[in-house]
Amino acid sequence: MFTFVSIQDYHLQLVHGRQTCVQAVTHYIREIQLQNHLNAFIETFKDEALARASELDAEIKEGKPLRKLHGVVIGIKDNICYKDHFISAGSNILRHFKSLYSATVIERILAEGAIIIGRQNCDEFAMGNRNENPVYGPVKNQLDNTRISGGSSGGSAVAVQASLCMASLGSDTGGSVRQPADHCGVIGFKPSYGMISRHGLIAYASSFDQIGIIANNIDDIEKIFHILSGEDGFDSTVLPNVRTDSAIETKPVKSTSKIAWLPETLHHTSLDPEIKTGLKNTLESLQKEGHLVEAVPFPLIDFIVPAYYILTTAEASSNLSRYDGVRYGYRKAMQTSDLFDFYAKNRSEGFGWEVKKRIMLGTFVLSAGYFDQYFKKAQQVRKLIIQLSEKIFQQYDFILLPTVPQVPDRIGTSGESSTSGYLSDIYTVFANLAGIPAISLPIYKHTSGMVFGIQAMSSQKNDIPLLRFSETLLKKH
Amino acid sequence: MKCEKEPYEAVIGLEIHARLATNTKLFCGDYNRFGDTPNSLISEISLAHPGTLPFLNKKAVSFAVKMGIACHCDITDTTYFARKNYFYPDLPKGYQVTQHISPICKNGYVPIRIENEIKDIFLNRIHLEEDAGKSLHDLDDKFSCLDFNRAGTPLIEIVTEPVLHSAEEAYQFLSEIRRLVKWLDICDGNMEEGSLRCDANISIRPKGSKKLGVKVEVKNLNSLRFVKKAIQVEINRLIELAKKNQQIIQETRSYDATSNTTFPMRDKESADDYRYFPEPDLPPVKINEGFFSDLKKSMPELPSQKEKRYCNEYKLPLLDAERLCAEKQVACYFDEAVKYSTNYKALANLITGPLMQYLHEQKSDFSNPVLPANKLEEIVQLIDENKINFSIAASKLLPFLMTHQNEDVLVAATREGWLQINDTDELEKWIQMVLDRMPDKVKQYQQGKKGLIGLMMGEVKKISKGKADPVITIKLLEEKLTKSN
Repeated sequence: MFTFVSIQDYHLQLVHGRQTCVQAVTHYIREIQLQNHLNAFIETFKDEALARASELDAEIKEGKPLRKLHGVVIGIKDNICYKDHFISAGSNILRHFKSLYSATVIERILAEGAIIIGRQNCDEFAMGNRNENPVYGPVKNQLDNTRISGGSSGGSAVAVQASLCMASLGSDTGGSVRQPADHCGVIGFKPSYGMISRHGLIAYASSFDQIGIIANNIDDIEKIFHILSGEDGFDSTVLPNVRTDSAIETKPVKSTSKIAWLPETLHHTSLDPEIKTGLKNTLESLQKEGHLVEAVPFPLIDFIVPAYYILTTAEASSNLSRYDGVRYGYRKAMQTSDLFDFYAKNRSEGFGWEVKKRIMLGTFVLSAGYFDQYFKKAQQVRKLIIQLSEKIFQQYDFILLPTVPQVPDRIGTSGESSTSGYLSDIYTVFANLAGIPAISLPIYKHTSGMVFGIQAMSSQKNDIPLLRFSETLLKKH
Repeated sequence: MKCEKEPYEAVIGLEIHARLATNTKLFCGDYNRFGDTPNSLISEISLAHPGTLPFLNKKAVSFAVKMGIACHCDITDTTYFARKNYFYPDLPKGYQVTQHISPICKNGYVPIRIENEIKDIFLNRIHLEEDAGKSLHDLDDKFSCLDFNRAGTPLIEIVTEPVLHSAEEAYQFLSEIRRLVKWLDICDGNMEEGSLRCDANISIRPKGSKKLGVKVEVKNLNSLRFVKKAIQVEINRLIELAKKNQQIIQETRSYDATSNTTFPMRDKESADDYRYFPEPDLPPVKINEGFFSDLKKSMPELPSQKEKRYCNEYKLPLLDAERLCAEKQVACYFDEAVKYSTNYKALANLITGPLMQYLHEQKSDFSNPVLPANKLEEIVQLIDENKINFSIAASKLLPFLMTHQNEDVLVAATREGWLQINDTDELEKWIQMVLDRMPDKVKQYQQGKKGLIGLMMGEVKKISKGKADPVITIKLLEEKLTKSN
């Protein structure tokens, strides 16, 4: 029986011949089939994963040194391009589309010996926090199959939760890695904006999107993060010269940190009392251990969700213009001499409801006469949020707050208005607006039988210190 | 042109697109070339496949800055890109990456010569942007065809203030821009291939008024000549409308060269709202001091500066200076030649006359190896020493040397018999032949029709096949005519 603890442990097993990559892949393929009802994977790359596993095993037999992600079985969200493989962003508009190239992250993990096991279900174009995908169906939470996984990287979180792969690559525009990870009791890490190339990540909102990692332990996340990060000749928004290697020195674990918490986030009406208590307990225990824990006012709390939705939908409305049915993607079989008709049919039939809603919203906030009132205002709010965040991090090392206001909903209950659904992103979008790294750490059990955790953030580019701090937080609990 | 008589004044602003001669496209590594097989210069980035991002070509930035320096513009130290959103099948991303509120170059001016006076044409901006692909609507009965080779190629758009007042001024300005971009090697200036494109915004107003009238945009001007004709035609049309008290409507019109008229275009864009916003996939471009000063140092002497220098330093007539500076390669050749000779006028004459003509006939230009400049100097020396006359040097010796570059100039001219004959005996023999042929003309001359000497001189030239030294010949001819009196 194959068991996975961490990459380090797995590599030890590999070099000692106690396990093989083929065993690992065989195990995961069987698990994916057994847990098919969770609907985490859209497609499994069974044969090629097995073939690659045996090549990697052969390398070990030949005595070659292990690559950094040798034989590590990784699942990828259905919005990360993998050459000659289907990719749909969970959308009908790309249902039969194969990528001509691989994302930079895919190139990098493959070069380090990773095995890609399949592509994972997600919300259409990563827009959503429920992963009730209209094309592929909802992803189910393994803890309670009647509940949602969260989203948009729901398939990626459930895949790690249910041990269907060792780690997943997701994407996080407003919490899409952290929120499902929290709902599923796994770790979800969104690096600083610009740490990882977005080349090959299907864009939702360019200035917010960041590839994130979902795994079971911090050490694995750090290993994968190090491989993914760094400059890329295909994405000029990647930050230059930021080190992410393990040799980086951070404060010794024993030393104390300065931790800020934001009272407004705890007083928010939508917050579940148990989640509130959970965070309070963590803060108290940190204080007892000698860390400096202080409340810092965050008066902008009510502006962050509106600013986030105005800016992301604006960018999305433009980013998704390329799906027009001219060069690829869904094209309605019809004869028309009317270009408008051609676009309207392709796009209204190709896109799902949530995507269309956001395209319309974004088009509206950018249009003449409304631009200053909405887009420009939201940009100003974003600037203020960045300034506030910088100010906080001048005095504090980390901010702690909840990841989500509520435990996962039941599947099929998203009857309420969009805005209340959008408001559940309240704790996660801050990091994307500010471009700072954030991580959700599974810590607590909820009386509903579900789990929840806390979220930690640090200043931009301080991703490694954040991971090291997360490690100590998790060890305590 | 004849605006003085008109109660109206034309006001014209030009928008000129120049395709930058970079090896690769503005935001990806696909080749930037004209005339290749359709859809052969495309990758997933040119085609805007899911997940692709732009990555700025620094060369294009430096080309734009160079043009800005040449046009005396303010160079923006931090410049942003913006997205211009609209749907069209040849626009792969559904938006064009361009610049909106922070163009890379602002203000500036370009001097042009109009009726022998220098006039500075003020610019509003020069900005960088990518081109769209090409829609071909007439290749197929049923379908429109798309060629994406052009998609993503780098352009600069040069926008003037509305400061031009005639078709001639617009023509001169566009010619100057064309000369500049070619001079700087940033664009081949080929209007037929669309490397240089021009749209004109035209309005008229009563003379003396400061208010701008309703403007009409004329597109589709794909040659220098058409730009001039189209603008003139449109000005005339607007003035006619105004005279008839008819309303001028703001619209986009296209020029039809066959009928020499403009007609309204069904404008796909005019009703649209482009929803410009900052391009989030590209960080701001910082033009730092080092980058700027390196470019500034690399700037060649500009054509207008060269013209001035040729007139002042070499005392050349303006026309010669202008002809030498029409193209950079010609001017460079001249600069090389003056290293060997100080007879600047003769050098200029040979270059702008026979040499240019010869190269033109050979469908070649100064970019191909021409006569080494020192050989040109040897020809000039033969002319200076009266050993060869200019027309033989131009029509015979020079073309000969072009194909026989290793020949010694004097040896070749001697062997081929092109040197001037100043041997008196020989000349007298030819003169006598001429005088014998036209006794009546001789009589008329002697009766006072002195102008006839030119005719006789011409005859001698003919007989001698141009080799008769004109100075000696005329002296001898005069002597003979007087003697035989």
